Amino acid sequence: MMAGSGSDHLRADQDQVLTVTDLVVEFPTKGGGKVHAVSGISFDLLRGETLGILGESGCGKSSAGRAVMQLPPPTSGSVRLEETELTGLSKSAVRSKRRPMQMILQDPVSALNPRRRVKDLVAEGPRIWGKKVTDQQIRDVLSEVGLDPDVVMDRRPYEMSGGQCQRVCIARALMLEPTVMICDEPVSSLDVSVQAQILNLLEQARERLRLSMIFIAHDVAVVKNISDRVMVMYLGKVCEITPSDGLAQRALHPYTKLLLDSVPEAELMDDSEVARGGQTSTELPSPLNPPSGCRFRTRCPLASEVCKEEEPKLRELAPGHWVACHHADDGAAPTRAVIGEEGNPETGLVTEEAAADAATADDRVTDADESVATKAEPPKRAADEG
Amino acid sequence: MTTTTTEPVELNPYEEDPLLVVDALHTEIMTPRGALKAVDGVTFSLRQGETLGVVGESGSGKSVMGRTVMGLYRSGGNMNVSGQVLLEGEDIQSMTARELRRVWGSKVGMVFQDPMTALNPVKKIGTHLTETLKEHSKLDGKAARNRAEELLNLVGIPEPRRRLDQFPHEMSGGMRQRVVIAIALANNPRLLIADEPTTALDVTVQKQILDLLQRLQAELGMAVILISHNLGVVAGRADRVGVMYAGRFAELAPAKQLFADPRHHYTRALLAAIPKLEQPPHVRLDAIEGAPPNMVNPPHGCRFAPRCRAAQEDCTHVPPRLVPTDQSNLMGHKRHWYACYHPVSHDTPGGE
Repeated sequence: MMAGSGSDHLRADQDQVLTVTDLVVEFPTKGGGKVHAVSGISFDLLRGETLGILGESGCGKSSAGRAVMQLPPPTSGSVRLEETELTGLSKSAVRSKRRPMQMILQDPVSALNPRRRVKDLVAEGPRIWGKKVTDQQIRDVLSEVGLDPDVVMDRRPYEMSGGQCQRVCIARALMLEPTVMICDEPVSSLDVSVQAQILNLLEQARERLRLSMIFIAHDVAVVKNISDRVMVMYLGKVCEITPSDGLAQRALHPYTKLLLDSVPEAELMDDSEVARGGQTSTELPSPLNPPSGCRFRTRCPLASEVCKEEEPKLRELAPGHWVACHHADDGAAPTRAVIGEEGNPETGLVTEEAAADAATADDRVTDADESVATKAEPPKRAADEG
Repeated sequence: MTTTTTEPVELNPYEEDPLLVVDALHTEIMTPRGALKAVDGVTFSLRQGETLGVVGESGSGKSVMGRTVMGLYRSGGNMNVSGQVLLEGEDIQSMTARELRRVWGSKVGMVFQDPMTALNPVKKIGTHLTETLKEHSKLDGKAARNRAEELLNLVGIPEPRRRLDQFPHEMSGGMRQRVVIAIALANNPRLLIADEPTTALDVTVQKQILDLLQRLQAELGMAVILISHNLGVVAGRADRVGVMYAGRFAELAPAKQLFADPRHHYTRALLAAIPKLEQPPHVRLDAIEGAPPNMVNPPHGCRFAPRCRAAQEDCTHVPPRLVPTDQSNLMGHKRHWYACYHPVSHDTPGGE
């Protein structure tokens, strides 16, 4: 099935390190249904580039990251790392072929074996591949990630803070000299001050080793800060792929705008800013039975008939900026999405769609919410973690 | 260089007839390694209808402070509480368990971080609400049920009547948190303590919940203590913000002043460490090096000094007290307090 997101945005003429086409991840449920975690997404990664994947829980961003790592292999689709196709390989072949690709996970403490010491944790990767690891190498990599080797070498994960454990995880990944790093919410369990340290560290490593990175997170500002390009996902689909510079002004997809509007910022908010909004949106439809056509239409202020029938394809609306929305370029699209039942009191932008939308808003809350709650409960893992 | 006033101005929580007074609150937790000073001298007051945002990193003591104010943490067992918490003049910490049950719900309500564990999985939503209602008033079953329906309506849950017969697992996280809020508000408390109410939720849902809290506060006129690790959550929602570090307020000021003109280096550093949407990508973040202190044995003097770029010799001896900025026209609750010997000033924006 051509999933409607299209693959015109792939840059075959450039130095691609990783090419993912038509990636589909589905999880069977008890009742014989399927959770559509990722439904045919395509993206590529150039050497030295960072691609941010942004979305809320349940949007499929983590499932996509894991499928690229073959953890587990995707239901269908292709993952090419440099010249090697990873899907369809035997387990042992996958293990050796994906070595240049390393992953950093969200919870650094549970990602480490609690019974091993830092020096063994760090050396584990190369040792599996039969390489001798010298003490000096371990010390070097630990200093590189900002840990004092003399202090932490003999510690175990529970003797360290979350930030320190995340540094150890990064050191483990770096030991295998990767070309691609997949970071799945690497800073979302950390405090702001530590988060900044880890983000800086990842940037440093990327620059020094010319790494390519996939950075998966739900925090718009964090993703924007570290990425060259941002891919926004919703319910297993790609909404928008855009250069991250000027993301807030550039965003065209109504979902991206909704995300941007929801970000609470510590910068000075004037009162009007706070007052804006109202009841913004309903909740995520069930990934067991996603809406027809555009999957965002049940929450979209611009939704119309065509959105129900036809799935929008990614279209290039500006150089390097791809949007999957039928209405993103309708006339002078307002830079901020018109959301909320009363529309936007300041600009008075109450489109007909928005008004109609508001009228049915309540019904939709129920439908969407009910389907999430009652049906999506059994396949909790897939639905919750996205 | 040190701010020397002939008569040091003290933060007096008793002025202006407050709803809540927290005076020199200390909460110690006994651990095998010694007494952990989770809250170590917090003083503030809250007026009716006011929102105080409390921000800080994990381990700063903000949640323990919230629970001590609530009376969930009290002396005894492995806890040791000193200082005063007065809610409408009544001392929460000296109440009996029976008295506390009377106060919880009717005078002070609490919203916890995780809406799943805050609700009993084997009780229906309606039962959750009516048991709270019946505890505090003589409503009969039918009246309580009607009131429960009203409450669900109030927190923006569609089809409240049907929802009353549902179990918590049948609802999404955002809906559950609305139920938790409805329970907390059931008996019209004067004070609501919301401890990380949106941390477990997605951003779009987070905004809905924060909007809801704000609306309800305006409608019902309660005071709110909004505890969060996210400065952004607190920024637009609180009248005043207290920044906690290592069990104390580093700074306590009207929200706008705090964000526009932070005086404490910790506040400034915290603001600088957050990635901003407006910045171009790949901007190196101004991280705070090091880690918060061990609260069993906190450093002498200013607790932020070991991580502070502006720290000097005198910072390491005596802990700085909260002092007001020199804008003397601002009285009482409008004052901007900070605890720093070498505050951030406009001449040296970097603070170095």
